[in-house]
Amino acid sequence: MVLQAKLYKRAKSILAMYPANFQSGAIMPLLDLAQRQHGGWLPLNAMNYVADYIKVPRMRVYEVATFYTMYIRQPVGKYHMQVCTTTPCMLRGADDVFKKVKELCTDPKLFTVSEVECLGACVNAPMIQVNDDYYEDLTMEDVENLIEDLKAGRKPKAGPSTKSGRFCCEPAGGLTSLTEPPKEAGFGSTQDGNDEKMLG
Amino acid sequence: MGLGLIATRALQRSSRIFRNPNGGSTYFLRTIVSTQELNNADAATAAVQPDLPKRDPVGGARIHFPNPDDAIEVFVDGYPVKIPKGMTVLQACEVAGVDIPRFCYHNRLSIAGNCRMCLVEVEKSPKPVASCAMPALPGMKIKTDTPIAKKAREGVMEFLLMNHPLDCPICDQGGECDLQDQSMAFGSDRGRFTEMKRSVVDKNLGPLVKTVMTRCIQCTRCVRFASEVAGVEDLGMLGRGSGEEIGTYVEKLMTSELSGNVIDICPVGALTSKPFAFKARNWELKGTESIDVTDAVGSNIRIDSRGPEVMRVVPRLNEDINEEWISDKTRFFYDGLKRQRLNDPMIRGADGRFKAVSWRDALAIVAEVMHQIKPEEIVGVAGKLSDAESMMALKDLLNKMGSNNIFCEGNGMLPNADLRSGYIMNTSISGLEKADAFLLVGTQPRVEAAMVNARIHKKVKATNAKVGYVGPAADFNYDHQHLGTDPQTLVEIAEGRHPFSSALKNAKNPVIIVGAGVFNREDKDAVFAAVDTIAKNNNVVRPDWNGLNVLLLNAAQAAALDLGLVPESDKCTDSAKFVYLMGADDVNLDNLPDDAFVVYQGHHGDRGVYRANVILPASAFTEKEGIYENTEGCAQITLPAVPTVGDARDDWKIIRALSEVAGVGLPYDSLGAIRSRIRTVAPNLLEVDERQPATFSTSLRPEVSQKVSSTPFTPAVENFYMTDAITRASKIMAQCSALLKK
Repeated sequence: MVLQAKLYKRAKSILAMYPANFQSGAIMPLLDLAQRQHGGWLPLNAMNYVADYIKVPRMRVYEVATFYTMYIRQPVGKYHMQVCTTTPCMLRGADDVFKKVKELCTDPKLFTVSEVECLGACVNAPMIQVNDDYYEDLTMEDVENLIEDLKAGRKPKAGPSTKSGRFCCEPAGGLTSLTEPPKEAGFGSTQDGNDEKMLG
Repeated sequence: MGLGLIATRALQRSSRIFRNPNGGSTYFLRTIVSTQELNNADAATAAVQPDLPKRDPVGGARIHFPNPDDAIEVFVDGYPVKIPKGMTVLQACEVAGVDIPRFCYHNRLSIAGNCRMCLVEVEKSPKPVASCAMPALPGMKIKTDTPIAKKAREGVMEFLLMNHPLDCPICDQGGECDLQDQSMAFGSDRGRFTEMKRSVVDKNLGPLVKTVMTRCIQCTRCVRFASEVAGVEDLGMLGRGSGEEIGTYVEKLMTSELSGNVIDICPVGALTSKPFAFKARNWELKGTESIDVTDAVGSNIRIDSRGPEVMRVVPRLNEDINEEWISDKTRFFYDGLKRQRLNDPMIRGADGRFKAVSWRDALAIVAEVMHQIKPEEIVGVAGKLSDAESMMALKDLLNKMGSNNIFCEGNGMLPNADLRSGYIMNTSISGLEKADAFLLVGTQPRVEAAMVNARIHKKVKATNAKVGYVGPAADFNYDHQHLGTDPQTLVEIAEGRHPFSSALKNAKNPVIIVGAGVFNREDKDAVFAAVDTIAKNNNVVRPDWNGLNVLLLNAAQAAALDLGLVPESDKCTDSAKFVYLMGADDVNLDNLPDDAFVVYQGHHGDRGVYRANVILPASAFTEKEGIYENTEGCAQITLPAVPTVGDARDDWKIIRALSEVAGVGLPYDSLGAIRSRIRTVAPNLLEVDERQPATFSTSLRPEVSQKVSSTPFTPAVENFYMTDAITRASKIMAQCSALLKK
């Protein structure tokens, strides 16, 4: 395996962040780079390449690659569909989402479906991570559309589903606090920059 | 019976910790408490008794204060102890005489802190602390005996046993297992885990180490040993959580000459000895403290035997020589002791076949032939496994017969035995740790003396000491510069023309190691002269430091040179009519006249036997008492562990008997008497276990006019696993050579 030219440049700049005797710190970003070049998974020769590139024993790289779940050591399809089924998502119907995804994503070249633990988007449950993007607030229809788009080679907009009307992770039923217009800069501070008065 | 015995052992072990050396009657016994008692807070105050007598450090641990100002005082269970700054809590407890249970901590490896077994209570600390990883601070009040500490241990032990198959009855570690002992001493009598235990696929680490990975408790000792001591980064901790396992990731054998040591450091039965698997229980074995003779290091070993059979070999602690490791050859050659042994005296008949005869007949024939030969045509060769006593006897016998042609194989035909500093390791093996630059001349320590290599590796790993190597392409497990392959490179370094000269010059304690393979070179005097020049130019030999070393290959070499086994003529074998091979198998007899009479006295039917006319069976080193001097000049003694096979006798006894039959009776009849004789020749050989440094430096060597040739150095050891008669007869060593030889 050889790093592509543009990634090679990136690898150089990553290595430059670490002092000469701590080059092994670059194992993780370089493995990520190699995984990206390889279409989302990390073959053995990529690990070996990284190890030889920063001159650490290969075993130390294998240890890192096997420890972190985001390094994937089996071939994956073009889209890695990670469906969260941890409690909040489960309560919001993640099991059905997962079933649907499994049903629709049958082409192993295009899709790899995995059931994962919490991805930290509980507020927008249920959700699917497709490669680097989160698709949140999913309904069954959203899931179908999403997969259709992916199959057609389109890239849907990441984030909460448009139907949910949410921009991000704000409360679904509108704001419950911080509803008034923002205060001007310097609000609450005393002349000398002390917050004592405000704290009472 | 097994469990009962284990229980007794565990109790003995734990009670040893709390024994009071000053008064036999006042035992301060700690009972193994169940959880209920642990929850009783009152026990804490009751356990601390202020004026208990002082306890001795665990294992006689000594403390060395590099700087007296750095001493700090901590309290362990109420006892004040003074320790140097930087020691861990666990070490402080050891000094105070409290043995802390541990699995991952090993005092020769880096600290991992992942087994949590060493938890102790520290006053003002909200939680129990892992004592192996916590530095002791001044005034720290450590409590090892409180309910909190006990409960913590009990809990940790419960977790460790969760995924441990309780298969002690079929486990080879049973009886000498840390987990077994400590769960008896510190664990609870029941666990609460009712799920399925995990299981792990076994790994293939080669012909020496058997793996049962389900038993592994992930202490990572083997991983740390492999990378820190053995210098091979083959093992690693793969996966995470309950899927965590030790492995090589890609199918790979552990290609280290020290791999057998992972068997010893593994606290459970995950890594055990493959050749020893299901052969014996440790309590059936009789341990005999002896010395290894398969190389010139003289590693301290314990020979475990059952009845007449050597079952296994394990290392003994010797900080100056092998620390607590031994090489794979030392550990696994023992099955060679059972194969190809010579049982009876034999005479080669007219048809070329050997016929067993009585000792009387064999000795009579040898004595008769010996008398028919002119004295200068008698040659004696001591083998590489000979002990000092038998070499002394052989030399005396030949001298009495009028011959002075006796030498030890491996020393070359005209060794310089005049200056002891010219053939021993003057720095001493442990002294290598003070060095900061190494120049290896024609030596591949990894295969010639694995334990010496481990020291160099330790030093290089710790301080990035520079290593320069002159010799054929070789396998090193540390960073080195390959400077050249022939002695011309030495001349360049001596004249300061070589880039490595500056590294030597800048070093504070430079070390030069010359391999014993150089002894066999035509231009050895010139090579040694070049080395001497390098030493002189770089201040290698000073009153406070002697960095000029020769690394010998065989156990007999140093003692042979001390005893003056130097032949009169370097062509003596070409005209010999009578050759006495005392276990010599690797001596070159190509030029021996066809009508020469060869006596082979030894324990194995190896190379020497092919040319022999008479065979006299001798005992191997595991069956006799003998003095061996190692490469650093330290004489050590082997002890008989098992009875000898067949009609074999000790080497010196055979020679003594032969002298009687030949009518030139030697004046000693016991080992004591023969040692008195050695005292007149080489008194240093009797200072057992005490390294005797050489008195005069090699600067006294005469001037040489010889020029170094451009013949490249050759490897002295072709196959690490098979170097002598015993290892060549070993099946395990043959497997190793087939699978692991690079």
